[in-house]
Amino acid sequence: MYNDKVLEAFKNPKNVGAMENADAEGTVGNASCGDIMKIYLKIENDVIIDAKFETFGCAAAIASSSTATEMIIGKTLDEALKIKNSDVIEKLEGLPPQKIHCSVLAEEAIKEAIQNYRAKKA
Amino acid sequence: MRVYLDHSATTATDKRVIEKMLPYFSEIYGNASSQHTFGVDAAKAVENARIQVAKALNASPNEIYFTSGGTESDNMALRGVVDAHGKKGRHVITTSIEHHAIIETCKMLEKQGVEVTYLTPDKSGIVSVEKVKEAMREDTILVSVMTANSEIGSIQPIKEIGALCRERKILFHTDAVQAIGNISVDVKRDNIDLLSLSAHKFYGPKGVGVIYIRNGVKVSRFMIGGEQERKMRAGTYNTPGIVGAGEAITLACADIEGHAKHLSTLRNHLAKRIVEEIPFCSINGTMDNDKRLPGNLNVTFDFIEGESILLMLDMAGIAASSGSACSSGSLEPSHVLLSIGVPAERAHGSIRFTLGRDNDLEQIDYTVDKLKETVERLRAISPLFKTVEGEKKNV
Ligand SMILES: Cc1ncc(COP(=O)(O)O)c(C=O)c1O
Repeated sequence: MYNDKVLEAFKNPKNVGAMENADAEGTVGNASCGDIMKIYLKIENDVIIDAKFETFGCAAAIASSSTATEMIIGKTLDEALKIKNSDVIEKLEGLPPQKIHCSVLAEEAIKEAIQNYRAKKA
Repeated sequence: MRVYLDHSATTATDKRVIEKMLPYFSEIYGNASSQHTFGVDAAKAVENARIQVAKALNASPNEIYFTSGGTESDNMALRGVVDAHGKKGRHVITTSIEHHAIIETCKMLEKQGVEVTYLTPDKSGIVSVEKVKEAMREDTILVSVMTANSEIGSIQPIKEIGALCRERKILFHTDAVQAIGNISVDVKRDNIDLLSLSAHKFYGPKGVGVIYIRNGVKVSRFMIGGEQERKMRAGTYNTPGIVGAGEAITLACADIEGHAKHLSTLRNHLAKRIVEEIPFCSINGTMDNDKRLPGNLNVTFDFIEGESILLMLDMAGIAASSGSACSSGSLEPSHVLLSIGVPAERAHGSIRFTLGRDNDLEQIDYTVDKLKETVERLRAISPLFKTVEGEKKNV
């Protein structure tokens, strides 16, 4: 069902775990639907210098979270906001149709974290 | 190590069964309806299989009809009874924990104006006779309650439900697909009018099933065409499959007690180790040995999701299945777990282990070891687990 890239990201996910003193956090999804994604960001001068995640969900959700955190590290907040779920899917070289929502969750988690950060600053 | 713990999905065909089937592919390949010797020999094999199935169920051979599997038998029972008895009434009683072959067929019948009552079980997954009794109406024509549930293994009081139906002159169908070979089923003792079974669940071939229809019970035919099965089920006889079904049920019912003992010993060991060694998990359904299929275990692991557990177990060579929507491609988690009151978020983290003949203690211990690693790794990733750990530290 999953390609090797997704399986690898699931087996050895990057940037796993909670982040102490994160500058921003974003949580999306809910347990009754079967996925929750939480993204933590460390931000300096509007640049994401570190990102971590915690996910309750299927293999696609875990792989999407891992990939999304890898994609945003080093990006400015504006650049990170431009990341779409299709970019996550592309990086993973494809997801099964019924798992597309997992990549959407990753996009939303990033946006949520950045919005929370900006709201806090403002 | 490779460990197969998904016997409720399907089983490996027994070598002895395959052996019996083989001649019917390319030696005795005649159409069992043909007049020549090629056909007559095939027909003899079909009739022999019919006797084998009848014996195993304590039925008469002329009450046994071969189908393409459990799904077809279930369809035929419900649709055939509703069609034949529609004048008498339009109400059917079933349960909320049936296989999709029953539930989806009932939904279709509802669109055609049939009223269906879906009874919910108690927490242990059992539908009581009292509930069935309360749901009965003047116009009830059929009660369909499965013999044993595929996900949580709960064994229904079919003998009592059957007796009640007999008393009220309502037909009683039971989907015995998961039960055959694991618990004793006797159509006379259990007051059954119609029964579905499927060969691939008891070490027989896939794509062959049986519907038992008690003599005198009127059912409209479902598959329309030739005159096979006394005009009840059209289609050229699947001779090798039918021969396999007959042999498989004979073998499976030869020593149900011994088989069940082997499975329940391993299953209880699996359950004990999981509960003792993995925190925050709970068994779904009853652990009363008499009320649960001997090889079934269904466990919820809090804070993590079933498909990830399955996939990680699969990477370690272990095959199980899950009650999570994520593994089946649907959005709702298992309707059975929801029916017994497991909240959706916990249903997502449920795994079903179904043991079989070839499993041994070493495999079960290996499974628990890998399961512990898996659960730990996934909980380390889960945002839900940390919260609980934190709360624990705070108190
Ligand atoms: C309880 C029950 N009924 C019916 C079926 C369907 O049987 P088959 O696969 O032979 O169509 C199954 C198989 O999953 C089952 O477990």
